[in-house]
Amino acid sequence: MKWRVDNIHPVTNGEPAAECTSVLVADGRIAALGSDLSGYRVERVVDGCGQWLLPGLIDLNCHLPEPGSDRGGSIESETRAASRGGFTTVCTTPNTSPVNDSGAVTHLILDMAARNGHTRVLPVGAVTRGLQGERLSDMVALTRGGCVALGNGGHATTSSRVLRRCMAYAHTFGLRLFLQPENASLASDGCAHDGLVAAGLGLPGIPQVAETTAVSELLMLAEETGANLHLGPLSCARSVALVQAAKEAGHNVTAEVGISHLVATEQAIEGYNGTFHCRPPLRTEADRRALLEGVESGVIDAIVSQHRPSDEAAKLAPFPETQPGLSTVESTLSLGLERVAAGELSREGLLQALITGPARVLDLEAPVIAEGAPADLTLIAPEQRWMPAAGSLFSAGAHLPVRDRELPGIVTLTAVDGRIRHEHGGNGS
Amino acid sequence: MPDNSRRLQLTADGELRHFLAIEGLDKPLLTRILDTADSFIEVGERTIKKVPLLRGRTLVNLFFEPSTRTRSTFELAAKRLSADVLNLDIGTSATSKGESLSDTLLNLRAMASDMFVIRHSQSGAPHFIAQSVTPDVAIINAGDGRHEHPTQAMLDVLTIRQHMTTFSGLRVAIVGDIQHSRVARSQIRALNALGVDEVRLIAPDTLLPHDPEALGARVFHRMEEGLRNVDVIIMLRLQRERMEGALLPSESEFYRMYGLNREKLAYANPGALVMHPGPINRGVEIESAVADGPQSVILGQVTNGIAVRMAVMSMAMGGQLNERQSATGEGVASP
Repeated sequence: MKWRVDNIHPVTNGEPAAECTSVLVADGRIAALGSDLSGYRVERVVDGCGQWLLPGLIDLNCHLPEPGSDRGGSIESETRAASRGGFTTVCTTPNTSPVNDSGAVTHLILDMAARNGHTRVLPVGAVTRGLQGERLSDMVALTRGGCVALGNGGHATTSSRVLRRCMAYAHTFGLRLFLQPENASLASDGCAHDGLVAAGLGLPGIPQVAETTAVSELLMLAEETGANLHLGPLSCARSVALVQAAKEAGHNVTAEVGISHLVATEQAIEGYNGTFHCRPPLRTEADRRALLEGVESGVIDAIVSQHRPSDEAAKLAPFPETQPGLSTVESTLSLGLERVAAGELSREGLLQALITGPARVLDLEAPVIAEGAPADLTLIAPEQRWMPAAGSLFSAGAHLPVRDRELPGIVTLTAVDGRIRHEHGGNGS
Repeated sequence: MPDNSRRLQLTADGELRHFLAIEGLDKPLLTRILDTADSFIEVGERTIKKVPLLRGRTLVNLFFEPSTRTRSTFELAAKRLSADVLNLDIGTSATSKGESLSDTLLNLRAMASDMFVIRHSQSGAPHFIAQSVTPDVAIINAGDGRHEHPTQAMLDVLTIRQHMTTFSGLRVAIVGDIQHSRVARSQIRALNALGVDEVRLIAPDTLLPHDPEALGARVFHRMEEGLRNVDVIIMLRLQRERMEGALLPSESEFYRMYGLNREKLAYANPGALVMHPGPINRGVEIESAVADGPQSVILGQVTNGIAVRMAVMSMAMGGQLNERQSATGEGVASP
């Protein structure tokens, strides 16, 4: 389909252009850019109403619950939510059921995504078989089958020896590793940040060293093996400092942070609020500030949704037994814009971490609004506000990081490969 | 948390309707519980040890974790209040049949239960039940994970009040495994709310929570310093698992450093009370001569346990019924 969007401000490097312009989309690419494109014959014209046109957002860490149980949505529902959140590409975690540790599961995910998906779906395969941390998965076969990286899906790999071999093997074939750093024996039976709030509630804690020792170990193993390592989501100030030092030393490492960790702290679990049971746990205000600074300085390359949809029942239990994770993919951009409005993050820093940063991690072509660029596009009305509410979301996940709070930024249109997949007020594709 | 805990436990009029934690409860309310308990002590001394406050009410003792003493004192307390009591030892295999905690409780509520006494290995389980599952059934926390054991703390402060008459000016030391102790968390909160001068914690770092001073206590690593000028010494029970978890080298080394013997007791003020929530490990936390000595009030604690439990049960039932009454018009007088 050939279509045109008029009256938009293209955003480059976080800065919307001063002049309004039009964009012509054809064959999945931006065919032309200019103030008057009325000479081209198009099937559809969208009025951009002076809104911002961004290259599509990329989420490096989004759990799509298929294959798996039917209790936390589907690829259809969650990519529809992602599309509404402005994402055009999501990387889905390997901890599906069964685990994505074989070409067959990868194929199944890609097939379902092609049939029912509303965004581009890039699977992350399991780095070890069954995510058991014992035997290497068929990494090359998974990559050839369409996985863009191999990850631990939040399951800490307990054996340093296995980790070292994963890295050496991945390096041999130039494969990318997405690893969530956690020292399993230090995290033990913990379920919340080992700090004041957990101490008061009597919840077993996960100390910061459970993350920082794992970050150190992974960085050293990556340095030694030469592996292409992407770390995260990070939750501690000290982890940011460690990644910064590694980057300054010239090591091949990138990092991500989940939006929840930029928005909330350990305070959120007061009163045993299981909604905010997260892994890694929400930590202190000092950690949150350091993570925001890490995004701003570029030490942290990507903000991810760390979307973990689950039904009501998943959080209806005593806190330690609740399922960790929040349903965030629909509100990630808005939560980020809210931080920008609060003066905690620059708009440029936010958009870099949602667009160019993750594209760089995946070695994709640099996302721009320019002639010839892929037509993965997100149109947003930055000043308009909306209220996330459980009943009105596309995601099947019932647990939102905000309730009864208006957020800035409505995604009015999302296009993937030149195809419009979401329109605000419309019925999507 | 204090606000949240307060809101959940109290009716709009500030009456108890659940008893989940000491946190959030203020001195007047805690004093009212102690006064009510005092009045029930007399009931225990009668030939017919019964009052009809909970007659016709059904109480379910739900112990998801084994317990003999706490459960039996709750049962006795309920029977002295003339309630019908159902004991369910669900053990750790509550979900072995695949039923969730919520479903178990909803089923029990459907049997017209008025009160659940709950012990659970997960911190916050009673909060969760009171908040999200059966808010219209009075919930009494009989110990949840590492969080709180509020009736134990109330019986401890009742014992202290009986011997010391007032809380102000007192220094209280709590010794042992603070980190894993729900009893200690409740005691620290109760003692601070009632206005003691100082709460001290004496333990090695492996048995202390993160930033223990934030709980409202001073930390000491050595008995010699920690017990100096102290009026009350509360010894906590040491679980054998602590050795397996590499938190302590051995029971004998713990006893050498933290066990209360006559020599260490001498650091405290003359006549300092010696307390222990039980069951005692003689020769691990405490020397027999001290446990059975003149300064020990350990057995008095057990007797007080029944009176305190009668107090919180009758008060919570009263608050809960008044709330039901205003909601549905069910006519019941509060005790």
